[in-house]
Amino acid sequence: MTDGVAAPVAELEQVTRTYRMGANEVRALDELSFAFGRGEYWAVMGSSGSGKSTLLNLLGCLDRPSSGSYRIDGVDVSTLDDDRLSEIRSTKLGFVFQSYNLIPQLNVLENILVPLFYQDEPPADGLARATRLAERVGLGNRLEHRPLELSGGQQQRVAIARALVNHPTLILADEATGNLDSHTAMEILALLDELHAEGRTILIVTHEPDVGERAQHVLRLKDGRIESVVRDQNPAPAVAAVR
Amino acid sequence: MKGPSLARTVRLGVSSLLLHKLRSLLTTLGVLFGTSSVIAMLAIGEGASEEAQEQIRQLGSRNIILRSVKPREDFATGQQTVRVVSYGLTEDDLARVRDTFPGVSRVVPVREIFEEVRKGDRAMNPRVLATLPVYREITGRVVAEGRFLADADLDVTANVCVLSDEVASYLFPFESPLGQTVKVGADYYTVVGTLLARVRPQSDAAPAGKSTAEVFIPLETGQKWYGSIQVKLRAGSREMEEVELHEVVVEADSAENVPLVASACREMLTRNHPQGDYEVVVPLELLLRAEATKRIFNIVLGSIASISLLVGGIGIMNVMLATVTERTREIGIRRALGAKRRHIVMQFLVETVVLSVGGGLLGVALGLLIPIIVEATADMRTIVTPSAPLLAFLISAGVGVVFGLYPAARAARMDPVEALRHE
Repeated sequence: MTDGVAAPVAELEQVTRTYRMGANEVRALDELSFAFGRGEYWAVMGSSGSGKSTLLNLLGCLDRPSSGSYRIDGVDVSTLDDDRLSEIRSTKLGFVFQSYNLIPQLNVLENILVPLFYQDEPPADGLARATRLAERVGLGNRLEHRPLELSGGQQQRVAIARALVNHPTLILADEATGNLDSHTAMEILALLDELHAEGRTILIVTHEPDVGERAQHVLRLKDGRIESVVRDQNPAPAVAAVR
Repeated sequence: MKGPSLARTVRLGVSSLLLHKLRSLLTTLGVLFGTSSVIAMLAIGEGASEEAQEQIRQLGSRNIILRSVKPREDFATGQQTVRVVSYGLTEDDLARVRDTFPGVSRVVPVREIFEEVRKGDRAMNPRVLATLPVYREITGRVVAEGRFLADADLDVTANVCVLSDEVASYLFPFESPLGQTVKVGADYYTVVGTLLARVRPQSDAAPAGKSTAEVFIPLETGQKWYGSIQVKLRAGSREMEEVELHEVVVEADSAENVPLVASACREMLTRNHPQGDYEVVVPLELLLRAEATKRIFNIVLGSIASISLLVGGIGIMNVMLATVTERTREIGIRRALGAKRRHIVMQFLVETVVLSVGGGLLGVALGLLIPIIVEATADMRTIVTPSAPLLAFLISAGVGVVFGLYPAARAARMDPVEALRHE
């Protein structure tokens, strides 16, 4: 927003999401207004219960706000029906999960292809794209392997390749390094740095300070509200330092 | 093209099912046995009814068979001193049917002679029937070799006979019986012809306990040599019976008149034979009854089939529900990556249909195999109508859709966020 290059990739206006827990009503997000600019690399931090997962689910079009509205890539998604949300997920978003979430019965290449599988008009070069991405994340020689035959780090690379196959406008990473040892985690973060350097918009939810420090900007949440916003904490991000 | 193609969804479903090979195989068993039993039972039922109908048709659908039946002892002439048991149809009955009944075209009397038939040291006890030449035509028997009885035989009370296939092949295993002589009781008869074998009768259309081995001699000859009183040797006792005619075959002039003639015969016999020493067999009625029986049979088979397919379907549904729960995570992932609800529905529906159709195909194969085995081992005719496997297959596919819808809908209804959180 500050640089004003283009419309933000994701923009929230007064978004509230409440959950009913027994008799109580929990406000996971409380009238949150914020914008994630194009090409930015954000870490969303906060303790558990701060609302960061809820924010991720909303931005991921997996959930709907209780009130307020938000736009993804200029489209107001808060009122879309299930099918349209699914379309947005398959065309504009890339997901990286903490527990990799690969589909066990599919091999590496097939897993990478899943988002294209559900597009109404899948690109003709899907297979070539997936192969190229697998090579890029260093798994070009393991295309036929099943997830269970790969290490955690390798699985997460497959997941990142999968998140890239549909050329998403926004990559959402949920504790993407949470299940990895520190060395592998650094490799994954380096990969994210690379993607950022290529101009992709990345939003990583984490509670690990190391991970938060790697990002370009940090948004801290507390009780569903913004606690602090730190911009450009790393003026010279360590692009492609580790590979 | 909208979304994933069916071929890819099917391939995906197959690979998911192959992940649990044993489970998938066991799940299909219900449908497998359901479809195979449908096909096998239909084939056996069809074969049996076809066989029965053919036997009845051989008896002649325009015929009415009046037969003498020995009355029960307490009904018979009573005192022990009477040595000759007299019963059965008479020449009078024959004349009345022939001369006074409307709708009757031909009537042929049959006398049965209880004598042994021998050729050299080979002996057997076929039914020796003394009758008229027209008998062959009315009952639709076919001459294999030589000729049937002729009017000339009657005129001269010739000692000639015609052998059924069974008798001919037993008494003359290595040669043609034509022109040879056989001994019936104490007399010698020249064989003038043989008949083609008929389908083995088994229904009530044939007199119980009697073989199909038959020897035909001219009616006059039978009457001349054997009279109407015959001695029957039974285990340990001897019995004398006086029976004028053992059987009268009445031919109606058209199939429509058969019920009319049959009821006229019954009425006449009821009046003249109060002791009930007769029976009336109407092949047409048997035919109709056989058809009704077949219908009931088909209904019963249909119910059994639908129950077994229902059970098979429930088995599949049960497994698919478990699968959906087990794969909640996968559903969440797919949803997050852009799968719409209908994609999830399709995925699980296709998986269910692949299971049930797989079972159906195996069932069709097994179902086609069973009739072959039955035919080879049990001497039963089976007929697989082309519609049976097709029907069974379509039903199994239908079972897959019906019982797959609920699990698939349940999978699609899941909340993606919760599904992703599922361990």
